[in-house]
Amino acid sequence: MLNNKIYLILIISLVFAISFWIGFNVNLLPAEASINAPIYDELFKILFITGLIIFIGMTIAVIYSLFKFRKRNDQMGDGIALEGNLSLEIVWTIIPSIIVLLIGLYSYNIYDRMGGMKELNHNHEMMSSNSEKIWAGISQTSDNERAINNLSIEVSAMQFAFLFNYPKGNFISGELHVPVDQKVSMKMESKDVIHAFWVPEFRIKQDIIPGQPTILNFTPTKVGKYPIICAELCGPYHGGMRASIIVEEESDYNEWFNKNKKPEVNL
Amino acid sequence: MTISIDPQKTNNKSLQPKGWLRYFSFSLDHKVIGIQYLVCGFLFYLIGGTLASAIRIELASPMSDFMPRDVYNQVLTLHGTIMIFLWIVPVVNGAFGNYLIPFYVGARDMAFPRLNAVAFWLIPPSGLMLVSSYFVDGAAQAGWTAYPPLSITTPQSGQIIWILSVLLLGGSSIFGGINFIATIIKLRRPGLKLMQLPMYCWAMLGTSLLVVLSTPVLAGTLILLSFDIIANTGFFNPVLGGNVVVYQHLFWFYSHPAVYIMVLPAFGLVSEILPVHARKPLFGYTTMVFSIMGIVVLGLVVWAHHMFTSGTPPWMRLFFTIATAFIAVPTGIKFFNWVATLWGGKISINSAMLFSCGFIINFVFGGITGVALAQVPFDIHVHDTYFVVAHFHYIVYGGTVFIIFSSIYHWFPKVTGKMLDEKLGVLHFIITFIGFNLCFAPQHWLGLNGMPRRVAEYDPQFQFVNQISSLGALLMAISTIPFLINVFLSVRNGKNAGDNPWNALTPEWLTSSPPPVENWEGEAPLVKEPYGYGKKIS
Repeated sequence: MLNNKIYLILIISLVFAISFWIGFNVNLLPAEASINAPIYDELFKILFITGLIIFIGMTIAVIYSLFKFRKRNDQMGDGIALEGNLSLEIVWTIIPSIIVLLIGLYSYNIYDRMGGMKELNHNHEMMSSNSEKIWAGISQTSDNERAINNLSIEVSAMQFAFLFNYPKGNFISGELHVPVDQKVSMKMESKDVIHAFWVPEFRIKQDIIPGQPTILNFTPTKVGKYPIICAELCGPYHGGMRASIIVEEESDYNEWFNKNKKPEVNL
Repeated sequence: MTISIDPQKTNNKSLQPKGWLRYFSFSLDHKVIGIQYLVCGFLFYLIGGTLASAIRIELASPMSDFMPRDVYNQVLTLHGTIMIFLWIVPVVNGAFGNYLIPFYVGARDMAFPRLNAVAFWLIPPSGLMLVSSYFVDGAAQAGWTAYPPLSITTPQSGQIIWILSVLLLGGSSIFGGINFIATIIKLRRPGLKLMQLPMYCWAMLGTSLLVVLSTPVLAGTLILLSFDIIANTGFFNPVLGGNVVVYQHLFWFYSHPAVYIMVLPAFGLVSEILPVHARKPLFGYTTMVFSIMGIVVLGLVVWAHHMFTSGTPPWMRLFFTIATAFIAVPTGIKFFNWVATLWGGKISINSAMLFSCGFIINFVFGGITGVALAQVPFDIHVHDTYFVVAHFHYIVYGGTVFIIFSSIYHWFPKVTGKMLDEKLGVLHFIITFIGFNLCFAPQHWLGLNGMPRRVAEYDPQFQFVNQISSLGALLMAISTIPFLINVFLSVRNGKNAGDNPWNALTPEWLTSSPPPVENWEGEAPLVKEPYGYGKKIS
C-alpha cells in the first residue's frame, strides 16, 4: 500500500517534470515582434504546461488501466461493483473549477496588460463625428504612454488587398511601414466583405468589417519585415490576400515617409 | 460474481423482420429508421471524406494547383456542411437514438413513428440537393458558416440551395428532437424511473433540448439571409444598412450548441460501451446526469467565443471567456468518471473498447486546446487559423467519429446477429488513430505560426508540415477499407453472435438478435440497474 503511494507520487512528479521541461524548452511560436507578443507567450506557456500535465496524466491513466485491468484468459466474471465515490467526485469537480477560474482571471490580467480592457482612444482626424460607432479592437498602450504622438493609419481592405492610407502624408501605400517602438493606431474598414488583419509575429488579429469600423493599436518592437495575413474567408483568392508590414528605425521610416508624402493641395 | 440473465426465448423466429427492401421503404419501425440513418449518414461520410482528401491534396503543395480557387471554396463549404449536417448529427442522434432509445425506455417504438420516418426521409433529398448544387451553377462557397456579405456576393443559386438544404436538415433534426423528448418522458415502461435510465437517454434528452431550443434560431437566420440574397432586403447586407455581426451572433447561437448536439450523444454512447467491456458499473451516475444538464445550460450561453475578433465589447469578451472555460468542468467530470469506470474492471480489449479509449485521449487533447481557445487573448492570435481547425477535428473526429465506430463494433451483433471480425477491427483502429493524429496534431503548429484556415495557397515554409498532415489524411482514407471489408464479410459470413455476446445488462440485449418487430415478444423487461455489473441480482 505504501509502495503504491510512493509510485503514485513518483509518477505525478514525473508528469509535472516532463510537462515543465517541454513547456520551457519547446517553442511553438513565431518570433516576438510587438510588445503584445511576450505577454501572449507568457500566457501560452502557462496554458501549454497546464494542458500537458492534464493530457499526459489522463493518457497514462487510460493506458495504465487498459494494461493493469485487462481481462486475463483465465478470468471470469465482473470487476468490482463500484458505482461512485462522492468525495472523489467532489474533488474532481472542485479542482478543475479552481484551475479554470485561475486561468480565467490570469487571462483577464493578460488581456488587460495587452490593453484589451481600455477605452479606445482614437484621435483619428477622420473620426470627428461622435455618432459613429467604433467597435472594439485592442487598444494597447505602452508603458511610457506615447499615445499622444501615435501614428494614425487608415486601413481599407477589399477583395483581395490591403491599402494603407497615411492621412498626415496624404498618400496610400500597399505596404505598411511603421517605425519601431512607437504606438501605431489603425482604423480599419472593409470595402466589400469581411476580412481580417493578422500579423502572427505581433500576436494580434482584428476583423475588418464593412460598414463597421474597427480599431487596432499595436507597438512593434523589432525591426524586420513581417507578413500581414487575411484570416477571414473572403473569396477565391483569400489565400493570396497578403501584404507586408515593414518595421524600421525611425530615421529610415522618416525617409520613406518623406519620399512618399504628397504636398497639400491648396485650391 | 457473475450474473447472467437469460435472454427472452424467441421461439417464433418468424417475428424477426425480413427482406432488405424494407430499408428503402417508408418504414415506421424505429430499428429500420435507425439503420436508414446510419447507412445514409455513412454514404455522406464517404462523400465528405472524398472532399477532405481533395482539400489535403490541394494543400500538399503551397500553390493553388490542384483545383480552381472557387471550386476549392465550394469543396471546403460542402465538406463542412456534409460532415456536420449529414453525417455526425444524423448518426449520433438519429441512427443510435432511434435504434436504442425505445429499448432503453422499454417501449415498442418511438412516440411518433410517422414523424420519425418523415424526419429521416427529409435527409436523402436535401443531401442530394446539396451535393448536386455543385453541378448546377457551383455549390455554395462561403464556408459552412455562410457569413454575409460573402454569402450575399457569391453566386446565388449555390447559396440558396445550401440554405434550403440546411433548413430541411434542421427541420429533420427538430422533428427528431421532439420525438426523443416525448419518447423519453412519456413512453417509459411503468415502474422505470428517470434516474434508472441508461446514460444515453439522458444525453439524448439534453441534446434534444438543445436541438429544439437553438435550431429554430438558425432556421430564422437563414431565412433572413435568403431574403437578403433573393429579395435585396438589408438585414445583414451592409450596403443597405444591415449589420454583418448580428448574423454571426444569430448563427453561433445555434452553431455552438451544435457542437454539443454532436458530442453529448457520443458521451452517452461511450457511457454505454465502457461499463459493458470493463465489466463494471458506470462510475458516478448522478454526477454524469448533472454534468450533461450543466453542459446543456452552459452550452447556450457561450456562442460569442467564436467572435472574439469580430468586434465585441470588452465586457462581452470577458463573460464569454469565463462561461466557455467553465464547460470544461462538467466535461472534465465525465472524463474522470470514465477513467474511474475502467479502474479495477476486467477489461476486454476489443475494437469497441479501443475506439472508446482513443476517444478519451483525443477528446481530452481537444478539450485542453478548447479551454485555451476560450481565453480571449489566446484566441486573438489563433482565431481562424489551422489551430482552430485542428482543435475542432479533435472534438468531432477524434471524439465523436471514434465513438460512432466504437458503437458500430458494439451494436453490430445486436443489429445483425453476427459478430464483426476483431482482427480487422483492431487494424481499423490502429490506422485510424495514427492517421488521425498525424493529420491533425501538426496543424496546431501551423496555426500558431501563421497559416490561416480556408486557404488554397500558403507560405512555402509550411509545406513540409502540411505534407505530414496530408499523409495522415491518406492513412485515414485507407482506414475505411478494412472497416468496409469487415462489415461486408461479417454481414454475410460473420460468426453467429447469439442474443447477448457481451453479457450486457442494458435492455436492448435482453431480446433476440436481430430483435423482433416490436422489440419484445412479451412484456418489456424492467431494468432498474442497467449497469449492475459485479452485483448479484436478487
